[in-house]
Amino acid sequence: MKSLVVLRVIAKLFFPLILIFGLYVQFHGDYGPGGGFQAGVIFATGFILYTMVFGLEAAEKVIPPDLLRVLMAVGVLIYAGVGFESLVLGGNFLEYRVLADDPVGGQHLGIALIELGVGITVAAVCIAVYYGFAERGQE
Amino acid sequence: MLLGLLVITGLVIARMRSLFAVAMLTSIYSLLSAAVFVVLDAVDVALTEAAVGAGFSTIVMLAAVSLTTEREEAPKHRPLLPLLVVVATGAALIYGTLDMPRYGDPNAPIHQHVMPAYMQETPGDIGVPNVVTAVLASYRGYDTLGEVTVIFTAGVGVLILLVARSRRDKKENRSE
Repeated sequence: MKSLVVLRVIAKLFFPLILIFGLYVQFHGDYGPGGGFQAGVIFATGFILYTMVFGLEAAEKVIPPDLLRVLMAVGVLIYAGVGFESLVLGGNFLEYRVLADDPVGGQHLGIALIELGVGITVAAVCIAVYYGFAERGQE
Repeated sequence: MLLGLLVITGLVIARMRSLFAVAMLTSIYSLLSAAVFVVLDAVDVALTEAAVGAGFSTIVMLAAVSLTTEREEAPKHRPLLPLLVVVATGAALIYGTLDMPRYGDPNAPIHQHVMPAYMQETPGDIGVPNVVTAVLASYRGYDTLGEVTVIFTAGVGVLILLVARSRRDKKENRSE
């Protein structure tokens, strides 16, 4: 796709916008529609667009596949880690109110952290799956 | 109107043989469903449907089409029995909806069970304006942990199927 100038320019223009919209959906999920799951997919879509237009090799320089495999697990571990952290602090599993000094602050912190975990795992899985298809397609 | 468009898209998908067109039409189908969800005030579900159904799964479908074949083969058997099963199941489902409460009925069981507690306690308990987020992430946090684990497991499964095999192929090519 090296010759498609219009596609490359538009993709470059959209790439940061998609990522910022993904982050917005991620961190604004408490107030508006959205959350980690949707944000992860939107974030991944940005990288998939990048891979489609600039090729797999260029994309693997931005996010190597090995890093994706680690991130897939990191997201789940953040989520479960928040659960165990609340156990350690004397609450039930995933009881966020013990995470901060006041219960509501703890709930905010807990929700933000687990949504981050969801977002990381979903984005990493989506990009990794697309990498897998793109790699098979090159053969 | 939107539901009619959904039905038309579904029928066209069933008649199509070109898998590329089917992938694009399923994307349109998802986008229409997302519009239906917006009309029903379920914006969180609509956002998910638009992002996953219309966006990501279409890309995966197109990738699968590019790896396999672009045309579906004509079925070798008579589709009478499957048609009968589908019609019977559809009729049973429609019969099941007949005694469901009307949409938005405040006396419906779904609005009487745990919903009032969630609506009343979320502002004081959790302090998050989006009750959907409060339910998903806090009240039902354990379920969401399970969902994330499912996504992780699915991702690992797809990677084992796609990437591990292509690497083994490469190794065999080198050793030959």
